[in-house]
Amino acid sequence: MVDKSLELFDCGHRACGGCGPALAAKLILKGTGEDTIVVASTGCMEVFSTPYPETAWKVPWIHSLFENAAAVASGIEASLKHNNRTEKVVCVCGDGATFDIGMLCISGAFERGHDITYICYDNEAYMNTGIQRSGATPYDASTTTSPAGKYSMGNSRPKKDLPQILAAHGATYVATASVAYPMDLMKKVEKAVNTPGACYIQIHAPCSTGWGFEGGKTIEIGKMALECGLWVNYEMENGRLVKAKKVKRVPVDAYLKAQKRFRHLFKPAPVTDEIAKIQAIADANAEKYGIDIEL
Amino acid sequence: MLQIMEGSHAVAEAVRLCRPEVVSAYPITPQTHIVERLAEMVADGDLDAEYICVESEFSALSACLGSSAAGSRVYSATSSQGLMLMAEVVFNVAGMRQPIIMSIANRALGAPLSIWNDQQDSLSLRDSGWFQLYGEDVQEMTDQHFIAYKAAERHDVLLPGFVCFDGFILSHTYEPVDIPTQEEIDAYLPKYVPYNMLDAKNPISMGMYATPEYYHEFRYEIDRAMDRCATALSEAGKEFGEMFGRDYSEHIESYRMDDADIAFVALGSLCGTVKDAIDEMRADGIKAGLVKIRTYRPFPKNDIAKALAGVATVAVLEKNISIGSAMKGAVGPEVLHALNGTGISVYSYVTGLGGRDIRKKDIRNIAELAVKGEGDMFYGLREEVL
Ligand SMILES: Cc1ncc(C[n+]2csc(CCOP(=O)(O)OP(=O)(O)O)c2C)c(N)n1
Ligand code: SF4
Repeated sequence: MVDKSLELFDCGHRACGGCGPALAAKLILKGTGEDTIVVASTGCMEVFSTPYPETAWKVPWIHSLFENAAAVASGIEASLKHNNRTEKVVCVCGDGATFDIGMLCISGAFERGHDITYICYDNEAYMNTGIQRSGATPYDASTTTSPAGKYSMGNSRPKKDLPQILAAHGATYVATASVAYPMDLMKKVEKAVNTPGACYIQIHAPCSTGWGFEGGKTIEIGKMALECGLWVNYEMENGRLVKAKKVKRVPVDAYLKAQKRFRHLFKPAPVTDEIAKIQAIADANAEKYGIDIEL
Repeated sequence: MLQIMEGSHAVAEAVRLCRPEVVSAYPITPQTHIVERLAEMVADGDLDAEYICVESEFSALSACLGSSAAGSRVYSATSSQGLMLMAEVVFNVAGMRQPIIMSIANRALGAPLSIWNDQQDSLSLRDSGWFQLYGEDVQEMTDQHFIAYKAAERHDVLLPGFVCFDGFILSHTYEPVDIPTQEEIDAYLPKYVPYNMLDAKNPISMGMYATPEYYHEFRYEIDRAMDRCATALSEAGKEFGEMFGRDYSEHIESYRMDDADIAFVALGSLCGTVKDAIDEMRADGIKAGLVKIRTYRPFPKNDIAKALAGVATVAVLEKNISIGSAMKGAVGPEVLHALNGTGISVYSYVTGLGGRDIRKKDIRNIAELAVKGEGDMFYGLREEVL
């Protein structure tokens, strides 16, 4: 068992108030423990946690580029293996680094089956460069490259299903988690780092700045995403779904209304057909993962 | 003991003797034979290393960076498009001061696609912070691998390096080559001792981001290390000479330069042809000589200035092009700068791109052009296809 009282992601970072990814980092390291090497990608977390000569990381940490964490981790793992070292190799990367530009390296590392855990903190856009859409941005979210406008309802594509893609690569363990459920998150991280082979965890990490909500509401927003079914916490082992968190689902409206990135769906008047499309995404999730609690 | 070996296989042998712990590379002509041979060595247990079979050159060098950061001696090899795909990582490795050695079997860049030799690929990355060595023949390019590791890993250097050799012309040529024994190389090149590394017992952060308060000084430190690299390479080359009888303490090699009026400057296998052409020119009473550059980065400015001091004219043979630049090649301006204020005429000749043959008569023609003051040009253009 890992000592959960250790603060391995310590004070001194410069994240915004209520930053979901900063909380994710803290919880991830409580799941991995000290014997861990973290590989980062360029993005908010890298920038807010390591302004030279300071660092918030109390475990060995390395950042190379935006898109190559999985390949760097492959090399670290090979070196450790050669020297019979036992540290866990854990990538902690943004959704842009993961869903988009990093896919080549991730696909390669997973196909080769390196003993690494790749964790994506999913704040659903490129935040470091000013809130641009990524393959993880949800349908209709307004970002600076998918702005809502006279002829646009925001991001025109649904979220890419990366967990399924990596499960199809033969990942031994794939899970989703949320910063709003810390015990579950830490448990999944601990499980992943102790599972041999390439494992993937995607963590829902609300971003107060990018999504447009008060910094004190991060956990509340995170919970709302699960309660409406737009985010599902589940686990897959060897490509099979083994567990999904059940909920008494509520309509998506409240979750959308709570964030500025969806404001255009309600102002000046509710765009009912678009909200219905988002509701359909939540309904499809509920069916796919069987999360509805029967009343 | 001399053995007849293909250039690529001689390189693979040298790499094996250097005992890398991790090898990661991706096949590309004309580099392929090196990685194939290394994979065989690992498969047969002749090389105790992890061989990471990556999906691209981009990941190959990224994986090498990770292994190096974790404290291992690592190796990669590539050519042309492969090096371009790595480019972002190439700069990053230097910035992170990882002493990775990579062989470059030089090949032209697309478009149009060409698998044949010129030196555009490695010379394009001259500003990346990797030192660059160029070999003339199989023996020299093989030996340069030992020297490269020895210099790169010094704690007052910690820079990555390219060992470059002309694709096909050297990589696929069979030549007699003397390969040292493992005992000899173990005595020459001790186990790599990292300056710092990723280690849970002593956690550090690597590759952080730097504000304008710090970035400038980081680049300065890399440049300083590159200066010290000149000494490190020279010392490693001298020690190699003392142990193996082949001395590489000099960054350049002078050929018939004592009384030369006209001097050529060149890199790599072309130097063999130039030496033969010089012998013929000398027989005809033309006092020609050659300065062969072994170390292009760090650029041996003072050595070159000294070697060229007595000549009237310098013709730089460029198997590369710096498109849009005044001199057209990447080597010429450096030579010109080394000779600044001496009044010696320096001209560049872009020649032999994409595998075009360079013959002795071309060398002679270039000498004539240089003496007439015609230079900084493409040599040997086929007017009928323009
Ligand atoms: C090759 C390359 N392209 C673009 C960038 C610019 N860039 C830096 S971080 C970033 C977005 C990061 O997004 P994400 O991975 O989602 O992390 P976040 O900032 O949201 O934490 C971009 C586009 C870069 N650093 N490198
Ligand atoms: S922009 Fe978002 S992800 Fe970045 S530091 Fe602020 S809250 Fe965190």
